[in-house]
Amino acid sequence: MSLDIQNSEDLPLLQVSNTTKLYGGRIGCKDVSFDLYPGEVLAIVGESGSGKTTLLNCLATRLTPTSGSVNYRNRMGQMRNLYEMSEAERRMLMRTDWGFVHQHPADGLRMTVSAGANVGERLMAVGARHYGNIRDTATDWLGRVEIAEDRIDDDPRAFSGGMRQRLQIARNLVTAPRLVFMDEPTGGLDVSVQARLLDLLRGLVADLGLSVIIVTHDLAVARLLSHRILVMRHGHVIESGLTDQVLDDPQESYTQLLVSSILQP
Amino acid sequence: MTERVETQGISGEHYNFAYLDEQTKRMIRRAILKGIAVPGYQVPFAAREMPMPYGWGTGGVQVTAAVIGKNDCLKMIDQGSDDTTNAVALRNFFVETTGVDTTTKTKDASIIQTRHRIPEENLTKDQVLVYQVPIPEPLRFLEPRETETRKMHALEEYGLMHVKLYEDIAKFGHIATAYAYPVMVQDRYVMDPSPTPKFDNPKMDQMEALQLFGAGREKRIYAIPPHTKVVSLDFEDHPFEVTKFEQPCAICGAEEIYLDEVILDDAGNRMFVCSDSDFCEERRDVGHVGHLGTNPLEAEGND
Ligand SMILES: Nc1ncnc2c1ncn2[C@@H]1O[C@H](COP(=O)(O)OP(=O)(O)O)[C@@H](O)[C@H]1O
Ligand SMILES: [Mg+2]
Ligand SMILES: [Zn+2]
Repeated sequence: MSLDIQNSEDLPLLQVSNTTKLYGGRIGCKDVSFDLYPGEVLAIVGESGSGKTTLLNCLATRLTPTSGSVNYRNRMGQMRNLYEMSEAERRMLMRTDWGFVHQHPADGLRMTVSAGANVGERLMAVGARHYGNIRDTATDWLGRVEIAEDRIDDDPRAFSGGMRQRLQIARNLVTAPRLVFMDEPTGGLDVSVQARLLDLLRGLVADLGLSVIIVTHDLAVARLLSHRILVMRHGHVIESGLTDQVLDDPQESYTQLLVSSILQP
Repeated sequence: MTERVETQGISGEHYNFAYLDEQTKRMIRRAILKGIAVPGYQVPFAAREMPMPYGWGTGGVQVTAAVIGKNDCLKMIDQGSDDTTNAVALRNFFVETTGVDTTTKTKDASIIQTRHRIPEENLTKDQVLVYQVPIPEPLRFLEPRETETRKMHALEEYGLMHVKLYEDIAKFGHIATAYAYPVMVQDRYVMDPSPTPKFDNPKMDQMEALQLFGAGREKRIYAIPPHTKVVSLDFEDHPFEVTKFEQPCAICGAEEIYLDEVILDDAGNRMFVCSDSDFCEERRDVGHVGHLGTNPLEAEGND
């Protein structure tokens, strides 16, 4: 395979082939294949239990698939099978090139250290050793996720749900990742808080040119954020395509049902 | 063939030399050797029940028991002093179970077991310093999961240690950690010298003596072989600094050594004296005096 760095913009960032995860005899997700391109936002939708989280975790190396492969194009332009990398390489990816935003902020934050340290952790993990610079970067990122500068030394236990989620996002984005995984990032929030977070996310994703794979059961979230969509049912992808096309003109009867139930007032 | 190594203690009881049976000692020695081979790496070992409670330094006691021989001379210190209850009890334990000579003089000792301090006097290649460690895992503070901390050590993922120091500076304006201050050993493993005061950290670097660490409750042994690089973690703009004391020792006049505050009377009078009591005594023996002259605690009426 030739490595053409110039053209890597046109090449997939992630290539997923026949990814299957079985829990014993039960299907988590089955034979999922797709490509994700740089700057693309892909939503994985479907009702609860359809396999969205399982798939996301298989892609993010948080859960080893039973079969299939997931390839990632690194910054050198090389396509690497994630499951053939060493654990050290994978963990390095996870704290530099990638981000993972959990539904429950407590799963993605260190609740007992300050907001500043939460944001600074990844910088320190990749070798930042200047306190003043780390703090300046953390201050900047808190601003970008609309957390007041004077909260920098408070720990997240003192934050509202929306603030915690914004902090989790800042903590992930501080190393300028290329690919961010999100599992129901607006899930536990009040509707008005959700709307603000979605706005913020949309702005950040566009500004940073991020590639995102976002799991949501909320089609409105998919509509607002994503370019493309995968619809899952019983662990299978049953429909995929451009978000607007799929949501405006669903082909599968299950998708039609999903869309109509959501769009009803 | 198992050698029989028995000692009859002062109490008349018979013990295996240094209390532990030979097989246990060999197991501990293997852990120590592994620790020496991989400086700063925490080696799990099958810690034994010792006839004293955990907080008393059972890890250090087992390490000492595994390395001590008939010709050794043992010094036992706690907070720099040879006379605290803890130091006296542990020294007596080894006197009873080994019959070895003991000393309070740093330079006469071949094995020094300590709870906090490293002696002020430079240790030499013929000495072994054994530390009693309560909490061996430096990452524990922020990462309670043992599986995760092991992985972090294996993969050299030490960003968390700086998160801890960052928090210090954010809260106190400087790195306030004064004890158990984390160090990087031979550019590879982050190690907790707990509960040694950070004042002593620089002494660990390139020390001529072998340093052995034993944690009884947590069942870990680790080591710093002679002439090993030991660096205290810090930030470029907040470099590591040793604790500075404003005045010299009140009774021997020593400067730039670690001082303890001693309350003199009910009126709240106090003095600062060397925490290393042997070091202080040696200096006074050769004629050094501090601004209080003779030790007020040794004045008439006290002996
Ligand atoms: N750890 C697990 N062990 C066994 N079955 C699981 C486990 N996690 C998920 N499942 C099952 O896999 C299917 C997909 O679950 P999940 O990926 O969590 O779906 P979603 O995120 O879409 O709600 C469900 O049937 C679920 O019960
Ligand atoms: Mg889920
Ligand atoms: Zn003195």
